Amino acid sequence: MTTTTSKYETIIGLEVHVEMNTNSKIFCGCSTEFGAPPNSNVCPICLGHPGVLPVLNREALNLAMKAALALNCSITRDSKFDRKNYFYPDSPDAYQISQFDKPIGANGFIEIEVNGETKRIRINRVHLEEDAGKSSHATDGSATLVDLNRAGVPLIEIVSEADIRTPEEAKAYLEKLKAIMQYCEISDCKMEEGSLRCDANISLRPWGQEQFGTKRELKNMNSFSNVQKALEYEQSEQERLLESGEEIVQATMRWNDDTKKTVVMRSKEDAHDYRYFPEPDLVQLDIDEVWINDIRATIPELPAERKNRYISEFGLPSYDADVLTASKRVADFFEEAVASGAEAKQVSNWIMGDFLAYLNQHNLEIPEAKVKPAQLAAMIKMITDGKISSKIAKDVFKDMLESGNDPDKIVEEKGLVQISDEGEIAKVVEEVIVANPKSVEDFRAGKEKAIGALVGQVMKATKGKANPGLVNKLILERLQ
Amino acid sequence: MSLLNSSIRDLHTKITSKEIKPSELVSASLERIAATDEKVKAFLLVTGEEALERAKQLDDVPADAGLLYGIPGALKDNLNVKGQPTTCASKILTGYVSAYDATAVSKLNETGAISVGKTNMDEFAMGSSGENSAFFPTRNPWDPDRVPGGSSSGSAATVAAGQVLFSLGSDTGGSIRQPAAYCGVVGLKPTYGLVSRFGLIAYASSLDQIGPFTQTVEDNAIVLQAIAGHDRYDSTSANVDIPNYLNALTGDIKGLRIGLPQEYFGEGLDAGVREQINKAIRVLESLGATVGEVSLPHSEYAVATYYLIAPAEASSNLARFDGVRYGLRVEGESLIDMYKNTRAEGFGEEVKRRIMLGTYALSSGYYDDYYLRAQKVRTLIRQDFDNAFEQYDVILSPTAPTTAFKFGGKTEDPITMYLNDIYTIPVNLAGIPAISVPCGFADGLPVGLQFIGKAFDESTLLRVAHAFEQANGVFARASL
Repeated sequence: MTTTTSKYETIIGLEVHVEMNTNSKIFCGCSTEFGAPPNSNVCPICLGHPGVLPVLNREALNLAMKAALALNCSITRDSKFDRKNYFYPDSPDAYQISQFDKPIGANGFIEIEVNGETKRIRINRVHLEEDAGKSSHATDGSATLVDLNRAGVPLIEIVSEADIRTPEEAKAYLEKLKAIMQYCEISDCKMEEGSLRCDANISLRPWGQEQFGTKRELKNMNSFSNVQKALEYEQSEQERLLESGEEIVQATMRWNDDTKKTVVMRSKEDAHDYRYFPEPDLVQLDIDEVWINDIRATIPELPAERKNRYISEFGLPSYDADVLTASKRVADFFEEAVASGAEAKQVSNWIMGDFLAYLNQHNLEIPEAKVKPAQLAAMIKMITDGKISSKIAKDVFKDMLESGNDPDKIVEEKGLVQISDEGEIAKVVEEVIVANPKSVEDFRAGKEKAIGALVGQVMKATKGKANPGLVNKLILERLQ
Repeated sequence: MSLLNSSIRDLHTKITSKEIKPSELVSASLERIAATDEKVKAFLLVTGEEALERAKQLDDVPADAGLLYGIPGALKDNLNVKGQPTTCASKILTGYVSAYDATAVSKLNETGAISVGKTNMDEFAMGSSGENSAFFPTRNPWDPDRVPGGSSSGSAATVAAGQVLFSLGSDTGGSIRQPAAYCGVVGLKPTYGLVSRFGLIAYASSLDQIGPFTQTVEDNAIVLQAIAGHDRYDSTSANVDIPNYLNALTGDIKGLRIGLPQEYFGEGLDAGVREQINKAIRVLESLGATVGEVSLPHSEYAVATYYLIAPAEASSNLARFDGVRYGLRVEGESLIDMYKNTRAEGFGEEVKRRIMLGTYALSSGYYDDYYLRAQKVRTLIRQDFDNAFEQYDVILSPTAPTTAFKFGGKTEDPITMYLNDIYTIPVNLAGIPAISVPCGFADGLPVGLQFIGKAFDESTLLRVAHAFEQANGVFARASL
C-alpha cells in the first residue's frame, strides 16, 4: 500500500444502495422480480400516470428499519419522505421519492478487520427511497429504451462517514456490509444484478492537516474489487496531481473497467439542484418503541457475534471463523455439517478448501451446490473412522460435488474403501522394497526422506487405498 | 329542462316509482347539453353513447336503489375515468387515455350515478376564470360575456345551465367555491382528506380537494355522502367516521354562533356583494343564529403564501409531463430538446408561470426564505381559524370580492386575477371545509355566500347552508 509511504492521507466515504427483497414495490403492488420481460411489472402508479398516489409498503419500511438497526443506527421516530426532483426518462414521475432531512436511520457503525485490527467505520445515515427504471440503447442506435420494471423497487442508501483510510478498508467495509444485509435477509446484494451499488468519495490531504482536500466521486464500479481498484487508481492519480502542483477539481468520475482508469463524468458546475421538498402525498411516520423492538427482535446473530462464537464454541482459528461467517449461507452450511456429527475444524478445512474453490470456479451459490451439509459430515466421518484416506476423500468429495451422491455409495461403487489389512499391505511393502533398492539404501544411509518415496510407491500400487499410517509403520518395521 | 329542474330527491322518487327511467333522464340531460352547450361550452367531452348505454343497463331499477341511482352528472376533466381521455384542458395530455378510475369516480359509479361527460377547466386547475383552458373558454350561463369563474369553470356552468344534476370539481384555492358563486350554484370544498385524491390529476397535492357542485344544499349533501371516506390508495385520506349528512339538514340553526372575520369585509369588497352578504346575515339572525366579529389576522398573507406553496408543489407534480411515456411529444435533437419542445408547446402561459415560480421557490438557497417560510405562515393561518372556532361554530364571508367579471377583464395582470381568491385561499391553507351558497344578485349577477367550518364538520356547514337556503329560497337555474 502506498499510503504508508505517501505524504498524503487518503480519505474515503462510501454511498451504498441496496435493493431490498420485498415481494412488491415500495409504493404500489407490482412485483419486484428480477429478470421479467421489460415493462411487465408495472402499473399506473409506478409508470407515473397522472393522478396516481404512492402508498408506502409497510414491509419495505420494516426492512429498512431492520437494516438501520443491524447497522447500529438510531431510528428516526418522525421520519418522513421528500421529493428529489430531476428529469430523466427512467424516472417516471420526474422525481424520486427519497428521504432528505429525516432518514429512517442515523448515527450507526460497522466494524471491519484489516490486517488483524478492528476498526469502526461510522455510518452517517440509512435512508429509504425508490429505485429508478433502467435505460438502454437500441443496438442500432436509433433509440433509448426504458424498462420500468425496476422503477419503484425499494432501496436503502447507506452513507458512511469519511472514516475509511485505504481502498482495502473500503473493500472490507463493503464485504461486512453485504454480510450484514444477507444475514438480515434484506437483500441478496448481487452487484452484477444491481441489487448492491456503490459510489465512492475520495480525497487526499497532507498528513496532519485537519481540513479535507477536494473530493471526487467515483461511479460505475461493478464489483467490490473494482471499487478497490478504482480507489487505488484515483488515489495515485490525485497524489500525482498534488505532487505536480495541479489543482484537484471537484467532479464525478466514471470508472472505465476496460482501461482501468477513471474519467470525468460531470463537473461540479453540472451538478443538479434537486429542489428537495417534503413529499405531500405521504404522511410523516410515527414510529414507537414497541414497533422498533419488534423489528429489533427479528435481527439474527450477526457476522461479528457469530465469528466470536465459532472461536469460543468450536475452537476455530480467527481466520477460519472470519471466512466462514463472511457469508450467512456458508456459516449455516458449516453449522449444519457440525451438527451432523463432524469435527468443526475438519468441516472448516473442507469448506474453506475444496468446497468454496469448487463453487467459485463454477460460479455457484450454496443453495445450488449438490453436496448437502450432512453428506460432507458423513464423508469426514469416513476419514476419521479410517474407511477412506484423506487423499481418497479428495476424489470422493469431487464426485459428490458433481453428482450429489452420498460418499458411502461413491466409495462402494468405485471400490475406494481403505485397505487396513496388515497382511495385505505387508505383501505390497515387500514387493516395493525389493523393486527399489536405491531408496532402501538411501534410507539406511540416514536419508530419512527416502521413506517418502517408498510410501508413495506402495500408495501407487494400491491406487491410494492403503491406510497411509499402516504403510508407514510397516515399511519402518521391515527396514529396521 | 323541466325534468332536470328538480331536486335529486324528487327524481329519485320518480325513478323508484318507475315514473321515469334512468335512460330517459340521461336522454333529457344529453338533449339539454345539445341545446345549450353551444352557448355555455361547459363540456370538453360528452360521452353520450356510453352514458345512455349505462343508463339502459340501470333501467331495471332495484328496490334498494340509492339517491344517486340513474342521476346524470359531469366530471371535471382532471378526474381519471378508465378508457376515456383526460386532458386537464391542456395540450400536453393530447392523446392520453386514462388507465384507471379515480376513487371518487368509482364511488359515484357504485351508487348508480351516470357521468355524461368531462367538463372544461382552467388548464391544470390553474386559474380563476376558466380562460386558461387550452381549448376554449366556458361562458357564464347568467351572462355569456362574463366568465363562469374557475378553475372548475365547466363543472359550475353545467349545473347552472341545468344540463346535469351535479358535477364534481376540485378546489385548491377556491376552484369550486368561486365558480359556484359566479354561476349561482352550491359548491362545497370538503376538509382536506375527506375525499380521496386518488385519480385526481394533482395541481398542489397538499391543498387539492374534490367536491360537488349542485343546485341545492341537499343535493350537495347527497353527492358528498357518495364520495367521502377513507381510501387505502390515498395515504392523506383521513380514516374518520362519515356521518349521515342528510341528517344534518334540520333547518334549525337556533343558537348557532357565526363569526364574521373583519379582514374579509375590508377594502376591495364590491358594494353590491357586500349588500347581499349583509342581507344574508340578517336572514341568519332571523333564524336564531348569533353573529359576532372575529379576527383572522394572518389572512392577509394567505395569497402570498398560497402562491409559493401551490406553484412549488405544481412544479414537481407537472414534471411528469415530459413527452416520454404519454401525451404530447415534440421531438428534438436531444433528449433535453425534446423535453423543452414538448413542455414549451404543451403548457399554456399560466401553467408555465406557476412552474417557474415554484421551481424558483424550491431552489437551493431560496427554499428557506420562500417555501419553508410559507409553510410557517400556513401554520399561523391555521391557528387563526383554530382560535376563531373556539368562539364560533362557523365563519361567514363573501365567497369572492366581486361578481363574475367580463372576459379579458383580468388577464392582463395576474395579481388582480389572484386576488379573486382572497377569501377562499385561507381555507385551503388551513385544510378545513367551506361551502358557497348563492344568496342574491348584484347587478343581475349571482353573489356567493361562504360558510367556513371546522375540520370534518361538514355537517354543520350543510346545516347552516341548508337553513339559509330554505329561508332565502332555492336559487333558480339560469335561463338560456
